[in-house]
Amino acid sequence: MSDDRKGLEKSLITRRKFLAGLTAGAAALSIPAGDADARMMEEYFRQHFKRLDEDDLKVILSNLNEELTFKYGKKINVKATPPMDDVVFGYALDLSRCIGCRRCIYACVKENNLSRNPQIQWIKVMEFHNDNNKWQLLEHTDRYYDPPKVPEKGKFYVPVQCQQCKKPPCVKVCPVRATWKEPDGIVVVDYNWCIGCRFCMAACPYGARNFNWGQPSVPKEEINPEMHYLGNRPQYKGVVGKCTFCIQRSREGRYTACVEACPVGARKFGNLMDPKSEIRYILENMKVFRLKEEIDTNPKFFYFFSMGTGVKS
Amino acid sequence: MVIDALNDVIRTVRTGSKGYWMWVGFLGVLAAIGIAFYFRQATDGLIATNMRDQVSWGWYIANFTFLVGVAAAAVVLVIPYYLYDVKSLSNMVLIGEVMAVSAVSMCMMFIMLDMGSPERFWHLMPGIGIFNWPQSILTWDVIVLNAYLVLNLFVVVYALSKIYAGKSYKTGFIWPFILLSIPAAISIHTVTAFLYLGVPARPFWNAAVLAPRFIASAFCSGPAFMLIIFQILRKNTKIEIPDKALFKVGELITWAMACNLFFLITEIFKERYSDTAHIAPLNYLFYGLQGHDQLVPWIWTAIIFNSIAFVILLMPALRKNFLTLNIACVLIFIGVYIEKGIGLVFPGFIPDTLGEIYEYMPNSLELWISLGVWAIGLLIFTFGAKVAIAIQTGEIGKAKPADH
Repeated sequence: MSDDRKGLEKSLITRRKFLAGLTAGAAALSIPAGDADARMMEEYFRQHFKRLDEDDLKVILSNLNEELTFKYGKKINVKATPPMDDVVFGYALDLSRCIGCRRCIYACVKENNLSRNPQIQWIKVMEFHNDNNKWQLLEHTDRYYDPPKVPEKGKFYVPVQCQQCKKPPCVKVCPVRATWKEPDGIVVVDYNWCIGCRFCMAACPYGARNFNWGQPSVPKEEINPEMHYLGNRPQYKGVVGKCTFCIQRSREGRYTACVEACPVGARKFGNLMDPKSEIRYILENMKVFRLKEEIDTNPKFFYFFSMGTGVKS
Repeated sequence: MVIDALNDVIRTVRTGSKGYWMWVGFLGVLAAIGIAFYFRQATDGLIATNMRDQVSWGWYIANFTFLVGVAAAAVVLVIPYYLYDVKSLSNMVLIGEVMAVSAVSMCMMFIMLDMGSPERFWHLMPGIGIFNWPQSILTWDVIVLNAYLVLNLFVVVYALSKIYAGKSYKTGFIWPFILLSIPAAISIHTVTAFLYLGVPARPFWNAAVLAPRFIASAFCSGPAFMLIIFQILRKNTKIEIPDKALFKVGELITWAMACNLFFLITEIFKERYSDTAHIAPLNYLFYGLQGHDQLVPWIWTAIIFNSIAFVILLMPALRKNFLTLNIACVLIFIGVYIEKGIGLVFPGFIPDTLGEIYEYMPNSLELWISLGVWAIGLLIFTFGAKVAIAIQTGEIGKAKPADH
């Protein structure tokens, strides 16, 4: 990490020179340089998030706020709240409670300003069949179940979202380090740095990454104005997005939207470093498991059954 | 001297028979159509393709993978000619390298096409951007593909300029570059295989045999393509290519195909006999899964084509008969194209990591754009080969045929 920092600082100096040259060139070319042009240039030549210093970031955020406020006709507040000390987020999901109602999905879409058209959802709820002797095979699950009422007898439901792996395969494969793991364990994407190669999507074992195949769109009246630069600000066409444990909320000490939306209390979230947290209680007292443990991605997203096994096999 | 040479080169490209111009015009039209469709993709985004989150790489990456093989295949000529001094290959080897250059160029075009934000390519440049090397295997691929392109381009241009000046080019100076192009050819295919096999999330790809199988199939499809091209060239230009040389290449393809089929059998055996939860993509590809069987006819076509070609090539009488040899080459080209594209890239994503079956096939936009890339690649090859032949046959410059 510290080596990384040093490298970044060093390249920051060269970057400054490089940018200064460019800006001077641009100014000479387009007299008078329009504000919009300058911003487009800034956005195109903007550096990786980790290479931005405080002043850079301040300007970028204030410009972004201005732009988005204008675009959505409502005061927008994009922050870049840093991780808190001694906090690593963890998540646990009680499969014996989940009723498959998908309220978490829609709360997530709304909170995170996910594109409505084309539709993007960061949470997927899979329906498993208890009565099927192949219940453990993923290809026998259904993501598009549509009965008049849930839960159905003989079915159980497994919501899947980014597992915030300790050893994230998506981070390893990214050719430009546009995605990385923050000190609080959240895997984030710099939407201004991603080149859209989608290698991370091939590498993710949990289908937790979504690509903006088209221009994402969120209706003005549905925009959530409280945003984070690495989280729920509107994304761009041609870049990858993913669940960030609602970074805009969790870093302010709040629950994620999916936790709040769950009507049966199946979703638990908290600080793994805090021995008195609910998440630690669950890890210490419940039989928890993680998805695809054989790949050893070491997720910070746990599943458990608080009542029975939920499975008749 | 240099100006004269360049003038000669330009004149060579600009003069040709009616057939030549029809061919160039045909490719030009295809390229223009491809570019027009690409504008639509660039405007609407990759949503204009049939790819989606479930199948996030498709026809473009399939073509890329296949063409890396074609590019690598130049070593099938380079090794015997330079290392074992098989003189009969002398007229072919530089054209083989021109083909490598064209194929790598196509690979790069396919990668650019597939990127969601290609205008941000500078993010990859070390220094001003971030080059995630050595962690990301994709950065390795960027290195080896560029190195291979530069090496081949350099060797071809250097060799042709020497021949043009009436000198021998096989001097000490160029030798290390030629030698280096051999491991570079192997490395582009190995690293491309590593892109896939290094992904434990996709059990279909996560098999060590993938890398050797990539190389085996590359040494089938590339040379098969070359065999046909060389016959067309010797019929339509002054270049002399002895039958012996073509049959030699045919023999090499035979052994490569033997390896390819052997690796295929080991792959199928491993999955079918183990019969674990990881078998779903293989079953989807070969037999269909829960009524989804879009790829089944394709993969069996590929296997039947490759097997028939192998039987033809095994028999010396048929291998040394141009009719049957050409049939085998066409079968191999189609067979490996299906196998490396449809048969490797797509089923890696079907079913997806959460078990969903999204059946993918490219739409017409993807097909037209890809055809456009092929057309541009073939244009590069056509011009390059025309100049190479003109220089080697002494049409331009001071070459004394047969002594280089």
